[in-house]
Amino acid sequence: MSGVRVLVGTRKGAFVMTSDAKRKQWDISGPHFTGWEIYHVKGSPADPNRLYASQCSGWFGQLIQRSDDGGKNWEQVDSKFVYDGVPGTHQWYDGTPHPWEFKRVWHLEPSLTDPDTVYAGVEDAALFRSTDGGKSWHELAGLREHGSGPQWQPGAGGMCLHTIIQDPKKPKRMFVAISAAGAFRTDDGGTTWQPINRGLRSAQIPDEDAEVGHCVHRLAMHRSRPDVLFMQKHWDVMRSDDAGDSWHEVSGNLPTDFGFPIDVHAHEPNTVYVVPIKSDSEHIPPDGKLRVYRSRSGGDEWEALTNGLPQRDCYVNVLRDAMAVDSLDQCGIYFGTTGGQVYASPDAGDTWAPIVRDFPPVLSVEVQTLP
Amino acid sequence: MIRVVLPAHLRTLAHVDREVTLAVEGAVTQRSILDALEASYPMLRGTIRDHVTLARRPFVRFFACEQGLSHEEPDAALPDAVASGTEPFLVVGAMAGG
Repeated sequence: MSGVRVLVGTRKGAFVMTSDAKRKQWDISGPHFTGWEIYHVKGSPADPNRLYASQCSGWFGQLIQRSDDGGKNWEQVDSKFVYDGVPGTHQWYDGTPHPWEFKRVWHLEPSLTDPDTVYAGVEDAALFRSTDGGKSWHELAGLREHGSGPQWQPGAGGMCLHTIIQDPKKPKRMFVAISAAGAFRTDDGGTTWQPINRGLRSAQIPDEDAEVGHCVHRLAMHRSRPDVLFMQKHWDVMRSDDAGDSWHEVSGNLPTDFGFPIDVHAHEPNTVYVVPIKSDSEHIPPDGKLRVYRSRSGGDEWEALTNGLPQRDCYVNVLRDAMAVDSLDQCGIYFGTTGGQVYASPDAGDTWAPIVRDFPPVLSVEVQTLP
Repeated sequence: MIRVVLPAHLRTLAHVDREVTLAVEGAVTQRSILDALEASYPMLRGTIRDHVTLARRPFVRFFACEQGLSHEEPDAALPDAVASGTEPFLVVGAMAGG
């Protein structure tokens, strides 16, 4: 393993940052697509030079960009996301029916095996797939139409499908999560879906253990153990040991039970990372201290990781797609903040240093481990 | 030839300088200009008007001859000065966002 490439989406463009395996010195290129919101940039596991980027603007809508050389050059591909059939309605914030309207792409998830196949999670919540490298997109409408869609409601950030996880051992199994509908699983390649929210409790909805309506912020999985899922929810960190059929809380001694990102160590399936944030209405680190919390026991017991992170007067947030891990021998952890910092830890979270301090607000961070 | 001025972000996407010129068949309207623009610069599809409904995006505005034309019907004839190429048709990103 010779190095890493960190892909950063911000409110004002995309950045590509590369380093050798020491992860001390960084080359930074960008901003790419200056002035546009880049919700997500992600590389293909099957071809690390193939990248996809979601580029959008309140003025000019949604674009998708593709690179075939690791982010040096980009090509605009298709951005026509049309719901299948008559999309019907979901619930608006006040509970009234509201028509499904495409707004933007939150998350792009390239296939584990085919660089030309990529999934897109969009707002209003739906899942699209391209099998031609982004030249055309088609909805996997079974998710939106599986039955509970009319009950889905937007979270404060919109009704977004923000998490897409492919099961490396069962190619037809995939997990997605939607704010504020919950988590869903397909076992037939996306044709049919089922809600997987049993065990979640959300006091802010009328039926606190309802089948749908939970504001799931993020899911994470380790490739070696795809039946074990971790979830950062709007209240509580949760764990499932049966591919989402049931969940139990593992918040343990975390200082808050709110936050957005969650990720798993590349080589230790029981080592999990979260960034606790104070309450759903404040969205700031508790006590002005930016702390990543690590559990080495699969949840419940958490330790604060603070070495190199600001421990006073810090009031940034870390958004749901803004944390990632590399798979170098000593696992690296990365996250970006709404204050424009991107922090890296080359030693699994023991020590941290900023790669940059003054980017625009960071929307997403992804990492590729380069051969 | 019809002259069209695009906002900076769309000029970047289309790899053009400040003004583009287009040949428009038949009546010169918002729709015929945008059809010709998107035919010549397909990377602009969806950026000025919705992919499906072809409705103008809310934060995009159309001006010409010192007039706001954003709320005119898409098939309404544009001023003769636009049709003759004397004046450009301006696509403008609305002032919004602080």
